[in-house]
Amino acid sequence: MDNVQLAGKPAQKSGKMSFQDMILTLHNYWSEQGCLILQPYDMEMGAGTFHTATTLRALGPEPWNAAFVQPCRRPTDGRYGDNPMRLQHYYQYQVILKPSPANLQQLYLDSLSAIGIDPLLHDIRFVEDDWESPTLGAWGLGWEVWCDGMEVTQFTYFQQMGGYDCKPVAGELTYGLERLAMYIQGVDSVYALDFNGRPKGEGGVTYGDVFHENEVQQSTWNFEVANTDMLFDLFKKATAECENCLEHKLPLPAYEQAVKASHIFNLLQARGVISVAERQAYMGRVRDLAKGACEAWIDKNKERWASEYKGWSV
Amino acid sequence: MTDFLLEILSEEIPARMQAKARTDLEKLFVTQLGDAGLKAEGITVYSTPRRLALIAKGLPAETEAVSEEAKGPPEGAPDQAVDGFCRKNGVTRDQLEVRDVKGRPTYFAVIDTPGRATTDVLAEAIPAIIKAFPWPKSQRWGDASITTESLRWVRPLQGIVAIFGDELVECEIGGVASGYDTVGHRFHHDGVITIGGVDDYIEKLRACHVIVDHEERQDIVGAGAAKAASDAGLALVEDEGLVIENAGLTEWPAPLLGRFDEAFLDVPEEVIQLTTRINQKYFVVRDGTGKLTNAFVCTANIDAHDGGKAIVAGNEKVLAARLADAKFFWDLDQKTTLEQHAEKLKDIVFHEKLGTVADKVERVAKLARWLCEEGIVGNSFSLEGEGGAAAPDEGALAKETPHTLTQPSPSREKAELADMAEQAARLCKADLVTEMVGEFPELQGLMGGYYAEKEGLPAEVSDAIRDHYKPVGQGDEVPTAPVTVAVSLADKLDTLAGFFAIDEKPTGSKDPFALRRSANAVIRTLVYSNIRLPMHSFALNEANMLCEHYPVESEIIIVRDTLDRLGEFAEVQVQNRAANYALHELRGETDAPIDLGYMYVLLDFFADRLKVQQREAGVRHDLIDAVFALGGEDDLVRLLARVKALQTFVETEDGENLLAGYKRASNILKKSSIPGEDPESSADAVQDGPGLLLSQEHGALPYTPEPAEAELTAALDAAEPKAATAIAAEDFAGAMAALASLRGPIDRFFDDVTVNDDDPAKREARLGLLVRVQNAVHSVADFSKIEG
Repeated sequence: MDNVQLAGKPAQKSGKMSFQDMILTLHNYWSEQGCLILQPYDMEMGAGTFHTATTLRALGPEPWNAAFVQPCRRPTDGRYGDNPMRLQHYYQYQVILKPSPANLQQLYLDSLSAIGIDPLLHDIRFVEDDWESPTLGAWGLGWEVWCDGMEVTQFTYFQQMGGYDCKPVAGELTYGLERLAMYIQGVDSVYALDFNGRPKGEGGVTYGDVFHENEVQQSTWNFEVANTDMLFDLFKKATAECENCLEHKLPLPAYEQAVKASHIFNLLQARGVISVAERQAYMGRVRDLAKGACEAWIDKNKERWASEYKGWSV
Repeated sequence: MTDFLLEILSEEIPARMQAKARTDLEKLFVTQLGDAGLKAEGITVYSTPRRLALIAKGLPAETEAVSEEAKGPPEGAPDQAVDGFCRKNGVTRDQLEVRDVKGRPTYFAVIDTPGRATTDVLAEAIPAIIKAFPWPKSQRWGDASITTESLRWVRPLQGIVAIFGDELVECEIGGVASGYDTVGHRFHHDGVITIGGVDDYIEKLRACHVIVDHEERQDIVGAGAAKAASDAGLALVEDEGLVIENAGLTEWPAPLLGRFDEAFLDVPEEVIQLTTRINQKYFVVRDGTGKLTNAFVCTANIDAHDGGKAIVAGNEKVLAARLADAKFFWDLDQKTTLEQHAEKLKDIVFHEKLGTVADKVERVAKLARWLCEEGIVGNSFSLEGEGGAAAPDEGALAKETPHTLTQPSPSREKAELADMAEQAARLCKADLVTEMVGEFPELQGLMGGYYAEKEGLPAEVSDAIRDHYKPVGQGDEVPTAPVTVAVSLADKLDTLAGFFAIDEKPTGSKDPFALRRSANAVIRTLVYSNIRLPMHSFALNEANMLCEHYPVESEIIIVRDTLDRLGEFAEVQVQNRAANYALHELRGETDAPIDLGYMYVLLDFFADRLKVQQREAGVRHDLIDAVFALGGEDDLVRLLARVKALQTFVETEDGENLLAGYKRASNILKKSSIPGEDPESSADAVQDGPGLLLSQEHGALPYTPEPAEAELTAALDAAEPKAATAIAAEDFAGAMAALASLRGPIDRFFDDVTVNDDDPAKREARLGLLVRVQNAVHSVADFSKIEG
């Protein structure tokens, strides 16, 4: 009887949720909470926070509720597919709610229940972890959420973005999807994650099937092969183009160039060609660009915002 | 009398902020109520991750009624004046009383301020306390945060329970209104809990899986963790900080024992302990033999329905990943030698004006070698550390004659020592660029030591690399192994001299480069092993190196020529502060941006640190001043020996009397308008005896001296050379003893002889004698600086 399956319903190993079902469940859950379900930003970025749906939408008075998956690239975290928990490419599930609702913690905890985490079986904790992104000129207070000692989510009340006070404050939830899935499925390696919930031989695919080779190749390129002259050149070009966009009062294209510069900087770091002394200067450069884009975004909108939202000012 | 309960509920308060929050809550509450004239019989404050609670016992139901009187104008004063008086005191004219004041009928207003209900006072106090709360970091949240004026709290505020007796204290702040309801444990209890008041608060919450009392939770964590370990036949490594932190992270703490793979025990103990403690807040555990073992204790916040199996499994997995990372770093770091790691120090700026860490390492290496080659470090160790309490014995102080008994072949040993010190110095900062120290900066030094050991470097070298940051704080161990001492001193001295040379010295509470700590460490190391470091030679040496390191076009240019001249000059004049002025003049001729006079500023800085440090050891700061005032002393060990001999001496009867005699002599000299000698130039004065009075040769008096006069002269004739010889031999106790012999003659001199004799020749000669007394005393210390 146990082997009987309903047609069209994906099988789940030991009844545990697959990686893709987890994403679908979160989409459903946050959609029901009134969030827009957006798609990933189509650029390489180090965190979901870089998505314009987070950074730029955190500015200004307009309510904004959105959820999306964002692929993240962290070249220096690559381990050639050898480390069971470290990847240079992975997924974050990002939720942004502005203004932050009074029951945000409960909404979050309910989302964990939705993906099958029982808070009386697993130890869920809110541990102080204030968030700061020097490259975005942003900071907030919040926690890293622990599940049995593992950080599974970053929970932040944005206080500033691009150097501007957030008015109102947005709540940001960043779930580490692979980590959560490893928990739910009880596997020790990210590569062993059940991606689609089908048994092996019946179309079952693991995370490793999809991404292991990518980790090996990308790690090799990030650490050993990437042409650093080309990267330095790209960094220069991206920063120049960002300034060009800012001159033409185009905050969105300007912001994209800043994101590009940020990623190229990360690649240069992975290649080990940026000295500790230079590091600060590069980060400062990216920060100035990102801040410039935020400033241009505010300039473009502030009159409308002030007229539509009484009591709001930059 | 009524009890009051306040609970401020919020989202999770950082554990590290809770202790101060409790104190602040009590302080603010006491102030607020005090302003209204209320005082509780007792106050208790509690904290959990989600709540701050305060219980005030024995408050009156209302504030006391106050009756005050105000004297007004006399009866019959103009209406305007009387009306004004009434307005001012809030009374009507018919309420005024008329009393007799010195025969004049005068208006009085009696103002009765009735008592205020305590609930009213509390209703005002609570929002005021919340608004004024001094969180180290606070935030805005929610709809109200559309302006930056909205309420700030450590995390979003969620509820206020305020009950006086059984009566609700009604108040509201930031959209949160007070009530009887609170919540229980986040996961063990759904819905609200209605609190009746102080009496049922703690127990109702306990029934809902919340232990309000942080101390009770701390006990549970501490005892529970110890029990979890002992149940497994192991011993918990106690850690009060972790106990408090875990109690601040839980409302219902449940310590659980977990295990990790034994293979990770290859990684140094300190690394395991650090990653476990800092990243995961786990306790570590030792086995029966006292060795760190493959177990840990974590503290959960629930009574899991599987008894905690899943929680332990989860935590084991996390720790395994952490330890795998640590092991990855440990293995990876060892694929590169320390020498290769050290190459990368060229990329790390130490300070923009002092070059890279590689530049610093170069200076430290040379300095460490110099300290050994000069015999400053390496041959004073036969003395053993005596905490600097005793005056160093003579033999060990002569640098050229190392102890042959302990060092059979001194020159070879010296060369070997210098080589090892240089090698250790060249590698001592290499671990800064290793992965492990990148991850755990606290492990600097320690990791370098481990890696050096693994490379098979001599134990002296790896020990020196490991311990060269020592002594770090007051209680830290002072290094004594010669190679370690050389590197440790060289590192700190270079830092001090470097920052003083670029005028980055500490000011007030600002000491961004922790120079005070470095100076303290240097002093402790020198004193502990009686190390004789001539500061001036060191400072010159250092200036030379700072100069060598900088290319001509660099921001710091020390003109070589200036330095060469300074070198000669300073060697000759090193005892004299006048050199400082000459240095400035020399500097004026060039554009050298390094103030070469920094060495004197640095020496003064050391004197100040010495005073602060020795004060705690019971050494009188005025005595340190008295010795420093002589100038020219640049050897802290010798200085301290002198101070200590002086302290012993002044506390004897001889010392007290000599001090009294000295002061009497000084007073007479002051009154006689013969300028007291300036101890700043006493080094010259004692030898050369400038000035009118001392030009008279001893004994060649134009009159027959009185017996007491002759006795003092003879005593001085005897004591002066004795004291001088003793001082030259650094036998300060001997010098003091020589001076003590003056005590009787001085007393008799003052008793029997009139100094201000009518005969100018006698007067002059006797004043001259007093100057001699003063000078003799100044050969040991400037007694005018001694208090009492």
